[in-house]
Amino acid sequence: MSIIRYQPPQTLAFSGFDRLSNLRDELDTLFELPFWSNFGRQSQLFSGWSPALDLYQNNDNVIARIELPGMRKEDIEISLHDGMLTINGERKSETSEGEKAERTERYVGKFRRSVSLPTQVDTSKVTANYRDGILTITLPKAEEAKPKQIKVDVA
Amino acid sequence: METLVRENRKSDQQRSEQFMTPVASVIEGGDVYMLNVEMPGVNKEGLEISVENNELTIIGRRSLAQVEGTLIHRESRPENFRRVFELDPSIDMSKISARIDQGVLTLTLPKAEQVKPRKITVS
Repeated sequence: MSIIRYQPPQTLAFSGFDRLSNLRDELDTLFELPFWSNFGRQSQLFSGWSPALDLYQNNDNVIARIELPGMRKEDIEISLHDGMLTINGERKSETSEGEKAERTERYVGKFRRSVSLPTQVDTSKVTANYRDGILTITLPKAEEAKPKQIKVDVA
Repeated sequence: METLVRENRKSDQQRSEQFMTPVASVIEGGDVYMLNVEMPGVNKEGLEISVENNELTIIGRRSLAQVEGTLIHRESRPENFRRVFELDPSIDMSKISARIDQGVLTLTLPKAEQVKPRKITVS
């Protein structure tokens, strides 16, 4: 199984001064946590917004869980293509007119995550649920991909 | 007044439970400051907000339903959230309000009367 992190082609090498304040947090995180806990999760500092994605599977389903705090349901888009699950969306700016951001660590803008699924899924039965800022996508496995038990008859 | 809500990192040291620092934004809007803290997986029941000695402590504990099955890829971190802010005296601490929506906690911190801009008319 391969998990491919989508790299947005439009990512600028320099994403603005606001993001610099995150450098301190990134460094703090490095020191505060055991080193393996950040393993496999790239720093968001240079790659833009890349929500954390967990993938589970059981006999019947593949389940993807993505951390997307503070989104509107309408701004999340899920698509399936060639065994690849893609989630994209956009978070609108936090400040409205007459407001001023004093400190911004939250990522605003577009994101896109793709993950190749470990098995064939039944695309017509995919369901998604968004609760407490976490998007859970349940993808039922296609009949042919489910593990089968073969009974041996003894004559 | 540059930083109205300052972070206090010293108090982070005296802890036994493992926490992670949630990302936050501070927005100034007229009479209030808005503090938005991202805590995916946390709902009203898992929140613990306290103010003591000008220090605002936010703890968010996740209440995620266990997914049935085997984990095949993980990027999320298991720790709960904790962050401490030092409140500027210009904030009216008795009027802080909070709400949480889709994993984002929004604290509204009203400015105390004396720091609100006041127009003085010359007669």
